[in-house]
Amino acid sequence: MTVEVLLWCVAALLVTGVAAVVLARRRSATVLVYGATLPASVIALAVAGAALLAPALLEGAPLILPLGLPWLGAHFRLDALAAFFLVVVNLGAAAASLYGLGYGRHEEAPARVLPFFPAFLAGMNLVVLADDAFTFLFAWEFMSLSSWALVMAHHRRAGNAAAGYIYLLMASFGTLALILAFGLLSGPVGGYAFAEIRSAAPSAWMSAAILALALLGAGSKAGIVPLHVWLPLAHPAAPSHVSALMSGVMTKVAVYGFVRVAFDLLGTPLWWWGAAVALIGGITAVMGVLHALMEHDLKRLLAYHTVENIGIIFIGLGLALAFEANEMPAAAALALTAALFHVFNHSLFKSLLFFGAGAVLTATGERDMERLGGLIHRMPKTAFFFLVGSAAISALPPFNGFVSEWLTFQAILLSPALPQWLLKFLVPAVGALLALSAALAAACFVKAFGVTFLGRPRSAVARDAVETDRFSLASMALLATLCLLAGILPGYFIDALAPVTQGLAGAHLPEQRQLDWLTIVPVAQSRSSYNGLLVFLFIAASAGLGAAAIHRWASSALRRSPAWDCGFPDPNPATQYTAGSFSQPIRRVFGTVVFRAREEVHMPPPGDLRPAVLHVRLRDVLWDAFYAPLAGFVDYVAGILNQVQFLTIRAYLTLVFSALVLLLVVLAAWQ
Amino acid sequence: MAIAVDLGVQFLQMMLVLALAPLLTGYVRRVKAHLVRRQGPPLLQPYRDLLRLLRKEVVLAESASWLFRVAPYLVFAATWVAAALVPTFATGLLFSYAADVIAIVALLGSARFMLALAGLDVGTSFGGIGASREMMIASLAEPAMLMVVFTLSLMAGSTQLSFIAASMQAPEVGLRVSLALALVALIMVAIAENGRIPVDNPATHLELTMVHEAMILEYSGRHLAVIELASYVKLLLYVSVIGCVFFPWGLAPSGEGAIAYLGGIAVYLLKLAAGGFALAVFETAIAKMRVFRYSDFLGAALMLGLLATLLLFVSRVT
Amino acid sequence: MERLALDVAHLCAGGLVLVSFMLLYQDRMSGLIKTFALHALVVSFSVAWQAYIQQAPHLYITAAIALGVKALVIPIALHRMVVRLGIHRSIEPVVSIGQTMLGGIGLVALSVMVMLPVTAQAGTLAREDLAFALSVILLGLLMMISRRNAVSQVIGFMSIENGLILAATGAKGMPLVVEISVAFSILVALIVIGVFLFRIRERFETVDVHLLHEHRGERP
Repeated sequence: MTVEVLLWCVAALLVTGVAAVVLARRRSATVLVYGATLPASVIALAVAGAALLAPALLEGAPLILPLGLPWLGAHFRLDALAAFFLVVVNLGAAAASLYGLGYGRHEEAPARVLPFFPAFLAGMNLVVLADDAFTFLFAWEFMSLSSWALVMAHHRRAGNAAAGYIYLLMASFGTLALILAFGLLSGPVGGYAFAEIRSAAPSAWMSAAILALALLGAGSKAGIVPLHVWLPLAHPAAPSHVSALMSGVMTKVAVYGFVRVAFDLLGTPLWWWGAAVALIGGITAVMGVLHALMEHDLKRLLAYHTVENIGIIFIGLGLALAFEANEMPAAAALALTAALFHVFNHSLFKSLLFFGAGAVLTATGERDMERLGGLIHRMPKTAFFFLVGSAAISALPPFNGFVSEWLTFQAILLSPALPQWLLKFLVPAVGALLALSAALAAACFVKAFGVTFLGRPRSAVARDAVETDRFSLASMALLATLCLLAGILPGYFIDALAPVTQGLAGAHLPEQRQLDWLTIVPVAQSRSSYNGLLVFLFIAASAGLGAAAIHRWASSALRRSPAWDCGFPDPNPATQYTAGSFSQPIRRVFGTVVFRAREEVHMPPPGDLRPAVLHVRLRDVLWDAFYAPLAGFVDYVAGILNQVQFLTIRAYLTLVFSALVLLLVVLAAWQ
Repeated sequence: MAIAVDLGVQFLQMMLVLALAPLLTGYVRRVKAHLVRRQGPPLLQPYRDLLRLLRKEVVLAESASWLFRVAPYLVFAATWVAAALVPTFATGLLFSYAADVIAIVALLGSARFMLALAGLDVGTSFGGIGASREMMIASLAEPAMLMVVFTLSLMAGSTQLSFIAASMQAPEVGLRVSLALALVALIMVAIAENGRIPVDNPATHLELTMVHEAMILEYSGRHLAVIELASYVKLLLYVSVIGCVFFPWGLAPSGEGAIAYLGGIAVYLLKLAAGGFALAVFETAIAKMRVFRYSDFLGAALMLGLLATLLLFVSRVT
Repeated sequence: MERLALDVAHLCAGGLVLVSFMLLYQDRMSGLIKTFALHALVVSFSVAWQAYIQQAPHLYITAAIALGVKALVIPIALHRMVVRLGIHRSIEPVVSIGQTMLGGIGLVALSVMVMLPVTAQAGTLAREDLAFALSVILLGLLMMISRRNAVSQVIGFMSIENGLILAATGAKGMPLVVEISVAFSILVALIVIGVFLFRIRERFETVDVHLLHEHRGERP
């Protein structure tokens, strides 16, 4: 029953997409399309949420529709994992639709965006609902192509066409890896349904190959290093609410794909898989945040940050694999809960931040932070919500980012129980990488919020910005409230994840609901506990008490005057810190190694009135070491193969003849 | 009834922390002065400084926003809450289960976040210098602190400070090299986070040597008083953490009674005095580092923390 | 008492690893020589403690030799040599100090991962000492390959020897004869190297090993 309702919602989204093609020229098209996707997403969210909270609503058997392959049909099933990811997807979709009602009015090419937006939502929902390999891959490709169309919506802008091209290449590569993975999973018999795949038991080497392919395929869509290069190019190119969906939701669908293959379809994992995944996650987290620190384009910074958070999620998943391989189900449940809770949290605050960036883009037309500044005076509500998002993503209590990172640290602290020595050393090292990335994330968001919203306006557009419309503000307010709630009342969310981890790891965290004062205790009371509500109340009470005491006993006089600035105030806003100058100390410490960052100063001789110029060169070592040679190699091979275009007819016939003879020889040898 | 007593003891700890913080700073300043054969300011001078600032008018820059006015209270609240969660004279207080040492580190991170934003708010280059250097120091000091936390938690089997302190009192712990490494790393982190020599000079007002002072340059009046009080509380917090983890003797277990608490307070005052004296001697003995040597210093602290965690697995292996 | 004995031995061995890291962190020649003196001091204290708890009086002599020769004579001689050569300034490392220390951490992890499972039948103290000793040896080798200056490479070589002494005393049973011969061979090596250094200085005006490379025989 629940699956049918969900499929009807998906059908409604597809119909809206088709209708949008027809209606796109009309003025009211935006309101109609987003007005249709919003209720569809909300209904799907409600159904999926109910199914997650009341597991009795989940059915065991899949729903089989007569679509797709004739002997297979299309299987759709809703289990706890799918219900959780549907909640994430539809919450993001609902927020984006609400935002789009206001933002879509400023869209300059609605005919290129409106038909593909509902199709994108439908694709993501179908990937999570799919219960057989063919439907999964079909929906995956559908999701990729519709998001590609959205990336190419403003294709005349500089860089967007190249971004779309690279996105298409990486998406095709990812789908290829997934096709191979599912092919290996289905085995020689070709049992594509997930139920049949579960019952098959591949050998150890086959399982390792499947996991590697799934990591390549799902990981390239999620954005793990070194497959992340498309993410900072493609995500900012799309319209802002689509960027929010791609960063906040589509990467989570990719995580769903990996979790489904690694935890559900494959059998018991081996311990070194967990080590590899956790290490990749740790490196991804640090590389992502270091790249983000070097950026001064607001949306690219947010996209690189997505890479960091995906790294954190994969650290949790790697730990869960390692614990499961060593038959420690409670620890695996903790690591899995941490990773999945971070999935939820990240979709919340990343969408919130992208909505804020979209609001700034609409108000000023600028994405470059170095031309903004002082927006807190002109756009106070957007600034407030962006501040909440920044605090949440920097893992600061009492917000939700801190809770999921705290749970990941608790899982890391269970590492002494692991028997393998490599794991015993690797897990604390990965913990150090996680701590480093958390500290750098806070630095990054001080920079992002501080340079964009605080200070003095650096250009005329920043001086004249106006606040955005109420739909955008409403959707940002909703996400900000959820960030705070998830941080204050994490026990309810952890309990909601219990059926998911029970299904995947065979255990769940102790029941959090009945603990005193809404504390969460992941392992045991004597070990560790955290109470978000109390911390929040404590901070609020202390701040209130302090403010009350001060206002009672201190002077309340206040006078506005020019800034002190050590006695040398400069009216030119160019003298304040820019994004590049803010990250200079961190660039000096980390950048020379990681990016081969070099500074050059061209100082004109005395008497010359030209300004001094500072060049900062950063190179992405992955482009130079990995992708550029690969592209060169492909070019070289393509150049050789190009000659096939210009052969004579006799040569073509010879090719066909030799291919036929070769296949017959192989057939003869095979007998 | 028991709840009311527990609440009272917790409230007592919060007030004690707040009252002792300026005294610790005054004591450190006086010892430093005596070490260089000066008289130095009176012990209670920080209290007088705070009262003087409270009575003054706030001069607010024209480009400052609401964040500038709210930030001091949030910084103070986060630091005070963190300090209230550290066992000073007794373990197992009522709210000590609300947050463990990772949460304490993160609360200090929240305070730093707000302070750095306040530095950027007015739009001057000094605020920018302070904020960017502070975030660089934090990006290395926080992981080092977390590695120390890992070492202690792996040894004690818990991240709650009360449990860590209790397990450190047990005789099975012994002299382990990981503890020594963790202590050195924690001291290095404490120096960096509190802006003491050799990382920052709390007495300077030159822009090339400022980190904390640069961020709060535009603050005046009651706002500055609140921020100064928050920095005093932060120093007290770090000295208390070092005292309760590495020198846990004298901590009264929870629910013991007034005599045990009074004894705990006396031992705590002794620990503060010893810690303040050691800090003053250390600050007088060495010179400040240049800014780009901080990464070597804090990188060494991070390495020590990591080494402490690794060496933990070596000993007691059978 | 047993516990205290184990704890102090463990503390000394761990302290030796820590001083090896301090050797990697130094960037000035005089600091390096002083840290090496500390290294030798820690190893002599460790050997003395082993002599006490193992009831093996000949190890006291080993400790005294380590103290006298390596903690006093050799640092003073090196200091004099450094002043004469005029190289008491900073040491140029090949890679930055941070990366060297990161590599050092990896080496310690590697030694622990190799030694502890292999020595599963031995006593606790022996296992710990062997793991720490291997770390010290690897760290000394790391120091030799990550420094351009010949004097710092010599110090790295001598810290390797300290690690060997730790391993030998921890494993219970190293005869005195071996120790005397080892110590004398070190002294001889030092004299030889010192002679070489002086002759190098005369001809090339520096002891930077990097520059010696260009004058190898097989280049045209």
